Amino acid sequence: MRKLLLEKEHVEGIRSYEVYKREGGYASVEKALKMLPADIVEEVKKSGLRGRGGAGFPTGMKWSFLAKPEGMARYLVCNADESEPGTFKDRYLMEFLPHLLIEGMIVSAFALGSNVSYIYIRGEYNWITDILDTALAEAKQNGWLGKNILGSGFDCEIYTHRGAGAYICGEETALLESLEGKRGLPRIKPPFPAVKGLWGCPTVVNNVETLTAIVPIINEGGDAYAKIGVGKSTGSKLISACGNINKPGVYEIDMTISVEDFIYSDEYCGGIANGKKLKACIPGGASVPILPANLLLTTAKGEKRLMNYESLADGGFITGSMMGSGGFEVLDEDQCIVRHTMTLARFYHHESCGQCSPCREGTGWMEKILKKIENGKGELKDIDLLWDIQRKIEGNTICPLGDAAAWPVAAAIRHFRDEFEWHVLHPEECLVRNYGLAHYADPLQVVV
Amino acid sequence: MIQFSNDKLKVIDELIQRYPEGKQKSAILPILHMAQQEFGGWLDVGTMDYVAEILHLQPVEVYEVATFYSMYNLKPVGKYIFEVCQTGPCMLNGSDEIIGYIKQKLGIGIGETTSDGMFTLKVVECLGACGYAPIMQLGKSYREHLTKEKIDVIIDESLKNVATNN
Repeated sequence: MRKLLLEKEHVEGIRSYEVYKREGGYASVEKALKMLPADIVEEVKKSGLRGRGGAGFPTGMKWSFLAKPEGMARYLVCNADESEPGTFKDRYLMEFLPHLLIEGMIVSAFALGSNVSYIYIRGEYNWITDILDTALAEAKQNGWLGKNILGSGFDCEIYTHRGAGAYICGEETALLESLEGKRGLPRIKPPFPAVKGLWGCPTVVNNVETLTAIVPIINEGGDAYAKIGVGKSTGSKLISACGNINKPGVYEIDMTISVEDFIYSDEYCGGIANGKKLKACIPGGASVPILPANLLLTTAKGEKRLMNYESLADGGFITGSMMGSGGFEVLDEDQCIVRHTMTLARFYHHESCGQCSPCREGTGWMEKILKKIENGKGELKDIDLLWDIQRKIEGNTICPLGDAAAWPVAAAIRHFRDEFEWHVLHPEECLVRNYGLAHYADPLQVVV
Repeated sequence: MIQFSNDKLKVIDELIQRYPEGKQKSAILPILHMAQQEFGGWLDVGTMDYVAEILHLQPVEVYEVATFYSMYNLKPVGKYIFEVCQTGPCMLNGSDEIIGYIKQKLGIGIGETTSDGMFTLKVVECLGACGYAPIMQLGKSYREHLTKEKIDVIIDESLKNVATNN
């Protein structure tokens, strides 16, 4: 397919303003400034673009919720706090195409009436902040940022803001708290940021990839964008592929391709590394349910599973998963599900902000029990206890981190219960060999 | 008494200007990053109090932030901090072996610093570079596709850097 975002990724020097502009960059800003802000929102609605951070909420609709009280500033904040394990697509966009993000943000800021916008970037992406700062300075020098840009009467400033290591700040209200200089504790919603966000003002928070997608939408029109893809999965999607595959990396895909093609074709992942078999995959970032090979490639209805929002979610959490952030992690036949799940539980325990007790305590308990099982010290009843704890976290917290911590554990037990049992029943073996059950590599009969 | 240089104070002024008047508290994360870099790689109470003074905040407002975010060090660290990722995707690619090798090579445990004050080993959660696993953060940049040989090289390089700078 024709790439919409990464089309110029290999043009030499595309990181610089000069080359980016020469290659047709900033055309969408010129076009947008001649439109009415409401018409831009309309184009985005028509495009069917869905938030690329993980939740998949329609962007145009999110924008249309923005309150516009007289005399109050409105803010656009770019969520560049990419921290979902398996996800590294925003890093790629910002590192190699910083001007694409700036271009998308100027158009979006104009549509929303935000005179000052921020890019909240995770603290570890230190060198990328420098790249963005350089690009922002270039854009300003060339009149794309500042007062009255291109004589439009619109003032537009964009600043970077570095976080300091907290996964929770990817949750939009925690991000806003952090941007206000506080601990990243999620807020109770409502009020939603669209009404009361940054410093109490109406605010839109959008993911990096979402904001870059605004550029092709304005250049080519919302209808043209909506024609790409399938159903409610319009446009293109960036997938960051990692784990036991031959070609890890960031790929822009048309959401009509099958999961099987994505994993095995040379254009994308290039198959499983070291000639191993596929065992399981987390298709949308660590918090979405893991699927065994058979359910990953084929839905419970026996159809080929495709790389899009609807198909990945087909079957709900019983036999399906989610598109999430597009963090695609592949596990080969040698990998241990218990150990892998333990690292994720440890991650969520470490990253829980501590505000809600089900998450603060529950994530710690899950980590502890998984460590116990993994070290060959588990009992069969621990598996039921684990199931019970994750159920009590899900839906009982202020923000979705609780769900994100519960789902991987639930899915691992749902699909790989016998591997957990094996760990309990073979304590000596699992200490020395610590391997998974390879038979999962071959598709099993689907039991719904 | 610690004190930012005039150049740094100018940068701080510019940082504060990025936020609306009266919202200077927003500059707390970037200024804590600067303070940590300037004043010995970690934040002691004196440093946090100084940041509070610059931003006209109560010291506790700085303490509560500094203790929440994992990138701020609240105790002394070595000149070089190996922050090795241990989350799922890195684990699949052998981060446990890398962590084990660093421990053995430097003779320290997780969270510890070598007696010469050169190296600290930290384990961290997902750094967002899963396609290049296993990885670690070293100063401003990431070191990717780590192997035991690469760790040897990184340690040698670091030692050489210090020798040249002294």
